[in-house]
Amino acid sequence: MIFVSFGKFGKMSYISETKVADFVKHLEEGKVMATRCSKCGKLYFPPRADCPDDLSMDMTWEELSGRCKLLTYTTAHFAPTGFEDDLPYTIALAQCEEGVNVYALLSKDIKENETHIGMDLRLTPLRLPNGKITYELKKA
Amino acid sequence: MSVAIVGVGQTPFSRNCGISIRELCFEAFKDALEDINLTPKEIDASIICSAPEYDKQRSPAGLISEYLGLAPKPTFYAESICSSSSTGVKVGYSFIKSGLHDTVAVIGFQKMSEISSAEVQERMGRGADVQWESPFGTMMPAGYAMYAHAHMQKYGTTEEQLAKVKVKSGKYSLLNPLAMYRRAITLEECLEARVIASPLKLFDCCANADGASCVIMTSEEKAKKITDTPVWVAGIGAASDTLSTTSRTNLTGLTCAVEAAKQAYKMAHMEPKDMDVAEVHDCFTIAEIMAYENLGFCKPGEGGKLIEESQTYIGGKIPVNVDGGLLSKGHPIGATGGSQIRTIVLQLQGRAGKTQVDGAEVGLVHNIGGIGVYGNVTILRR
Repeated sequence: MIFVSFGKFGKMSYISETKVADFVKHLEEGKVMATRCSKCGKLYFPPRADCPDDLSMDMTWEELSGRCKLLTYTTAHFAPTGFEDDLPYTIALAQCEEGVNVYALLSKDIKENETHIGMDLRLTPLRLPNGKITYELKKA
Repeated sequence: MSVAIVGVGQTPFSRNCGISIRELCFEAFKDALEDINLTPKEIDASIICSAPEYDKQRSPAGLISEYLGLAPKPTFYAESICSSSSTGVKVGYSFIKSGLHDTVAVIGFQKMSEISSAEVQERMGRGADVQWESPFGTMMPAGYAMYAHAHMQKYGTTEEQLAKVKVKSGKYSLLNPLAMYRRAITLEECLEARVIASPLKLFDCCANADGASCVIMTSEEKAKKITDTPVWVAGIGAASDTLSTTSRTNLTGLTCAVEAAKQAYKMAHMEPKDMDVAEVHDCFTIAEIMAYENLGFCKPGEGGKLIEESQTYIGGKIPVNVDGGLLSKGHPIGATGGSQIRTIVLQLQGRAGKTQVDGAEVGLVHNIGGIGVYGNVTILRR
């Protein structure tokens, strides 16, 4: 396994070491990946290295289609340290067609008055100005 | 053998209290002990409760225990963020029930002004899953705001209904001398306030505070010697949910609260309709509306209607947060659960003054840690 630091993920990263650090490498290749337990077949997003259902550590990477629907959201006008310059921004929870949920920001080009629960979205990798990488939810 | 609460104490909740955490705890401890003529010598064990990320002091239990004159009696530390002192009460119950210790002091505190605003702001972002959610700039109000939008979408709950929770809180805050904010707020003020995290506005959110609370618990035998008005722990429930929002399956209610309530009602052999008065964790207005539903005071989706019909005021179906709640008292994280328990104990002892619910015999405390991560429900009876 090639070592990749997870510290490249997100505008602010709080951790750099994880067994699923390859997620970043896949993200740089334009793919948002989940993990699937080889033993029970359960799909995990965010990706996990370990399956608590059967205590298995045997997981495989699997690309998500990116098609998802908005479950809920909020537009923040107040931010924790490091995010003040981005205000206001909309934090969203969406459900992917594979059944897993994703927590991400809504793309800035979606206006607040057109944001509605149930709307179709597309989960997409996003390169940030500071050289880091993340994903966001864009208009489908 | 039943377990009793015999004494309760609390400091005023305030912004920038200007004293140290040991002194805050002393004031709450003194308040509780003097009320029942007990001395520190009669305390067999202490449980100290706070959220440690706000403390300069590492391992505060030892320090607080020393300052209260409790060494060499054992002291323990309990933490479940905003529900730390309810967790402390559950641990205290287990100690007494098992016979390990007879009389236990549960002391909750938080001095949120001990660290700078910038430090508070930095910690706020780390309350979520730091690997997968904090990198998106989330914080507490955003978490509850996402529940609010989902609740509004599914049930038609309105911003006016949310605001009415704060209007009630403001009304009762005028009667609570220990509350940080003691003023009535109009519906218009609530609706016109600046947005914090849509749809939650300034008055939909509680505020950080400094303060301490103390709950003295003891065995049935000792309780009867200490006081003529012991309050009994009838039911106690605790549950957890995923820390991450991503893994939640219910976005219109707190599953940990439903589960904790189920346990507490079962243990007490009681139902929601048996409750005469309740304290719920209204860190945000939407949290109180979801609490009505999760505790069974109304059906899922009818929480907005319950406040609209004023059923949670004194004189209504179930008076809730008649001490002003977190929204007016302020929320010194580790002290909050103990403060809620104090309010219910005073109600059941008939000592709640102008906010007394006539004939209150059974009361409930709902105290939540994090964004619905730690659920705690305690049922007390006269």
